[in-house]
Amino acid sequence: MSLTLRDVSTGYGRRRVIAGLSLPDLRSGEVTTLAGPNAAGKSTLLKAIAGLAPFTGQIALDGQDLAQLSAPARAKIVGFMPQSLPSGASLNVLETVITALRASGERAVTEPPETRAMAVLLRLGIDHLALAGLDQLSGGQRQMVSLAQAIVRAPRLLLLDEPTSALDLARQVRLLSEVRRIAAEGRIVLTVLHDLALAARWSDRIAILHKGGLYAFGPPAEVVTPAMLGEVYGVIARVERCSQGHLMVQIDGEIPGGASGAGAKERGAQA
Amino acid sequence: MSGSELLDRYHRQNRRRAALVGAMAVFALIAVLVDLTTGPSGLPLSETIRTLTGAEVPRGTSVIVWQVRLPVAVMALLVGAALALAGAEMQTVLENPLAEPFTLGVSAAAALGAGVAIVLGLTIPFLPPAWGITANAFLFSLGALGLLQLMGRLRGGGPEVLILFGIALNFTAAAFLSLLQFVASAEDLQQLVIWTMGSLQAVNWGSVTILALVIAVTVPFALMASWKLTALRLGEEQARGFGVDVTALRRWALLRVSLLAATAVSMVGVIGFIGLAGPHIARMLVGEDHRFLLPASIFTGALLMSAASTLSKLLITGTLLPVGLVTSLIGLPVFFWLILRGRPGR
Ligand SMILES: Nc1ncnc2c1ncn2[C@@H]1O[C@H](COP(=O)(O)OP(=O)(O)O)[C@@H](O)[C@H]1O
Ligand SMILES: [Mg+2]
Repeated sequence: MSLTLRDVSTGYGRRRVIAGLSLPDLRSGEVTTLAGPNAAGKSTLLKAIAGLAPFTGQIALDGQDLAQLSAPARAKIVGFMPQSLPSGASLNVLETVITALRASGERAVTEPPETRAMAVLLRLGIDHLALAGLDQLSGGQRQMVSLAQAIVRAPRLLLLDEPTSALDLARQVRLLSEVRRIAAEGRIVLTVLHDLALAARWSDRIAILHKGGLYAFGPPAEVVTPAMLGEVYGVIARVERCSQGHLMVQIDGEIPGGASGAGAKERGAQA
Repeated sequence: MSGSELLDRYHRQNRRRAALVGAMAVFALIAVLVDLTTGPSGLPLSETIRTLTGAEVPRGTSVIVWQVRLPVAVMALLVGAALALAGAEMQTVLENPLAEPFTLGVSAAAALGAGVAIVLGLTIPFLPPAWGITANAFLFSLGALGLLQLMGRLRGGGPEVLILFGIALNFTAAAFLSLLQFVASAEDLQQLVIWTMGSLQAVNWGSVTILALVIAVTVPFALMASWKLTALRLGEEQARGFGVDVTALRRWALLRVSLLAATAVSMVGVIGFIGLAGPHIARMLVGEDHRFLLPASIFTGALLMSAASTLSKLLITGTLLPVGLVTSLIGLPVFFWLILRGRPGR
């Protein structure tokens, strides 16, 4: 199973955010991290793949052109966890996960919806929140619930937009190890992460988006380098290995003047 | 608590909600009965029920119940149901708890339509005069919502855009209505002002049947969209990620809202508060799973409107107040109290 992105361009209205991006195929069983500075277009690209933003070019899952699928058919095979979290609705956690399963009207799994939703909450270790109101949750808890909504349909492709941004250290690890297990079931996972050490530890490959295109793609050790950090992020950085052999990224400062205009570009743009 | 225990509690909660919806339906029916027994010629409940069940009663009683009170009482029930359902759907698809047909120009447009018929005498040719005002009000309010959808689509159809257009429409229609009122004769002006206050007195079985049909056609579609509407409460991105075509959902929901609101307002005039408060009270009772929220809104609206109809006969002895005035006078303080008592929705 593989996800193909070829010559993909997308943006908002007339404004292009991603221009002619191609990626080596993403394979099932693998976790790929999408990284890059603020406003590089990571969320936009994820939305295009999820069918939430118009695009040109080819995005195909196992040769099946995703643009040709109806919304319910796409939702059956693609799970998307957006960066923005829902504001308070008077629904409890279990209800939202059941809704994620039933909203499209397509049957994605064979089990009864309630049982399936409960099993997903158990799997993510948030079953105790099942009957808690969505508007009573902390940001991190809502993030876990949002992940539950994305995986409940057992999608073949899982897209996660900054899934760990509100999580404490333990839950970052819990979420990412769960994401690894989901990938190991034979699914494709593409996730946006800002923390490159975390990305290096938990993903098989890293794609760096920069200036509307792909800057680098490959195994973490090849991609996360002081040169890349300098050019893309405009920071002075060291990349070292810890005693366990994992990559560690140490940021020492900003490059004066902001290399490649990363600082200037960021102004007025949302993360 | 184990998973199966939690699921049990979830199912129990849903059964409780279904029971609440049923209870609201029963209360609405009781309210209709009370409505039927109030009026200038006091008929006891037993007499009313005997008439309704076809027992032998004096002819005068039969006429009062069947031709005078029942159409009015049933119309109150239906108008309440229609406006609250329209409000509930509109609040969800426009992602705004203050959205309802009346805040977005429907009532103003209907009043303008009525004004055009009353003051300028312009309406659909060959229509019986009794229906001229109704027809105009219907066409104008449907037109307003059609315009709203059209403008929205030109600009991408997002909820903020629709709400801004709705507010602009509201003011535009109100401005033209003022112009009409300014040039109207004293007699026309009085008729127009009374029409805009909302009244159940002009209804007959014909108008009741029409509104009943519109409700019968729209409700099943609304209920079928329950899961999609619930998904939209989690935000547009989430809903679309779940496979909901949000644009189509919005378009069809607004069409249902248009039909319900335009029909209701054209027959009874401007009735505020129900479309806002009905769904809010329903939400406090059953939460936002739309499988329960929509029916609960329908029955809450029906109950509120029946109660308002009864009160309109009782508040000032010997005087029948316009029911729209009652919903505003009695309803708004209740609504404020509900807001201040606790955040709506939990
Ligand atoms: N809804 C939108 N309409 C217009 N421009 C947008 C919208 N969302 C994001 N953008 C712009 O697109 C660019 C990429 O944004 P985004 O994909 O969110 O970046 P990232 O997720 O990499 O931080 C930014 O310049 C941002 O301002
Ligand atoms: Mg982003």
